[in-house]
Amino acid sequence: MNGVLTIAATEIRIGLRNRWIILSSLILLVFALILVLLGSAPTGEVKTDAVTVVVASLSTLSVYLVPLIALLLSFDAIAGEIDRGTLQLVLASPVSRGGVLLGKFLGHVFVLSVAVISGYGIAGLVAFYASGGGDLAALLGVGRLIASSIVLGATFVAIGYIASASVRQTGTAAALAVAIWLFAVVLYDLALLGGLLASRDGVFAHSIFPWLLVFNPADAFRLYNMSAINVAATGGNLGGAVGSATPLSGVWAMFSPVIWAVTALGISTMILNRVRP
Amino acid sequence: MNEIITARNVGMKFKAVTALTDVSIDVAPGEQVALLGHNGAGKTTLFRLILGFIKPTAGTISIDGHTPGSNPARRIVSYLPEQVMFPKMLTGREIVRFYAKLKGAPADEVQAVLRKVDLLDAADRRVATYSKGMRQRLGLAQALVGRPGLLLLDEPTSGLDPISRQHFYELTADVARQGGSVLLSSHGLSELEAKTDRVAILRNGELVANGPLAALQQEADLPIRIRVRASADAVDEVFALIGGKRLNCASVELLCPRSAKMATLSKISSLGPRVEDVDMTPPTLDEIYRHFSNLGPEPDMRSEK
Repeated sequence: MNGVLTIAATEIRIGLRNRWIILSSLILLVFALILVLLGSAPTGEVKTDAVTVVVASLSTLSVYLVPLIALLLSFDAIAGEIDRGTLQLVLASPVSRGGVLLGKFLGHVFVLSVAVISGYGIAGLVAFYASGGGDLAALLGVGRLIASSIVLGATFVAIGYIASASVRQTGTAAALAVAIWLFAVVLYDLALLGGLLASRDGVFAHSIFPWLLVFNPADAFRLYNMSAINVAATGGNLGGAVGSATPLSGVWAMFSPVIWAVTALGISTMILNRVRP
Repeated sequence: MNEIITARNVGMKFKAVTALTDVSIDVAPGEQVALLGHNGAGKTTLFRLILGFIKPTAGTISIDGHTPGSNPARRIVSYLPEQVMFPKMLTGREIVRFYAKLKGAPADEVQAVLRKVDLLDAADRRVATYSKGMRQRLGLAQALVGRPGLLLLDEPTSGLDPISRQHFYELTADVARQGGSVLLSSHGLSELEAKTDRVAILRNGELVANGPLAALQQEADLPIRIRVRASADAVDEVFALIGGKRLNCASVELLCPRSAKMATLSKISSLGPRVEDVDMTPPTLDEIYRHFSNLGPEPDMRSEK
């Protein structure tokens, strides 16, 4: 356990030194602030709390940005260390390979958490005070968004390790990470949309589509946040009726990313156990 | 049996390549062994086997009685790979502390090790500012921390200047004095400067020599090189009398077996004033290495080409 924490602490230190933490925080903050400022316009029309509108926009932003930041953090974790020769040193010391991955995971998730908390936290507070205080429950929505974004990020950190452990070159790992991101947050949804349009009888829409939607951790994350907003903004139409039609509604939708994270960590440990540095 | 490394008939085959064949080698506590061989001879493969990163396809290896790669074995072994790039953003002290913690070494050892490798002044600077020699010393510091029972060093002296190299061998001698074993690899014997107790030479994955340097010198029985400089106008005469090879208009070089050394010298001295100077070179370490690596003699000793 000592080794795991040592590795985690070193990853955090590296994240601070190479300005990863500050950079990803700034990226999230800038995008979030843009949405806060633009999102304040339509508040009157939808009759919901300004902060809730912001949370809705931010959760859509999260689906794209958080997995990207997570994959950028993790793609180098194994392939890069093999490249540089430091993995051999770590593996020569009495730390298990699973422990090495777990340590990196804790470190990277911490780095990501700092970015999400500071980026969204500041944006949420700005929205809260810009709309003249308002409902405290809306701030709770910001907290929910932050927590679920961290879970989503952790999932893609773990998935990034699979990419990083399966190849030997950092460049290949980077390409693989980009491909994973593109597939999970863009192409997957397009394919689902295509499926919905193609199947006129509704079998796909009723029995397959909801499961496929929850299967993708990014979509599950969106589902959770939208259904949470639906409850908060009584009668609001922000989330549509999607949440109620899925097999895992509400907080249960977050099972998907959690299961993905655990599975991905297991798979990447298995691959790392076979790596012959 | 209290050997630190016991390798018996070890063979290692990768898909198409046979990296090691029937290698048996022991390393005792407190012993310093140099593993020589040209690129691709199997040195790094042997290291990876000792570290347990790969499993031998034939034979057995044990580290102080433990399986390579097992936890007790990893507690004994410390490794310095041929090429390692530490995170540039961290300081030297942070890096040594990191590996000390991974090995469960006490924190006060970090300072001691940094002093040993002469990095104390630069310890709190980022690695990005380090010179090549400093990075090499940082790698060594990382390997020294935790009082390893076995130090595995892959080409540790390749980037070092002569003074750092000497300092480096003082450090490994220190480890050996405290009962630790040192196994280091190198391209050529000349880099070792006869600092190790024993020399093992790998050729195409086979162990072709294994013994103290003096014994190898005797076994190889390479000729001594004698260079005679003749006085003006006498070079043809000298050449006719002692034979050998003419180097230029003034010098003659001949190779003579060790057993004939005295006879040859007295013959040269009998030439009297016709000889101005005599230089005698015993076989160099590189020549002995070449002999066992079966690379043939040095280029200038070849008859053709």
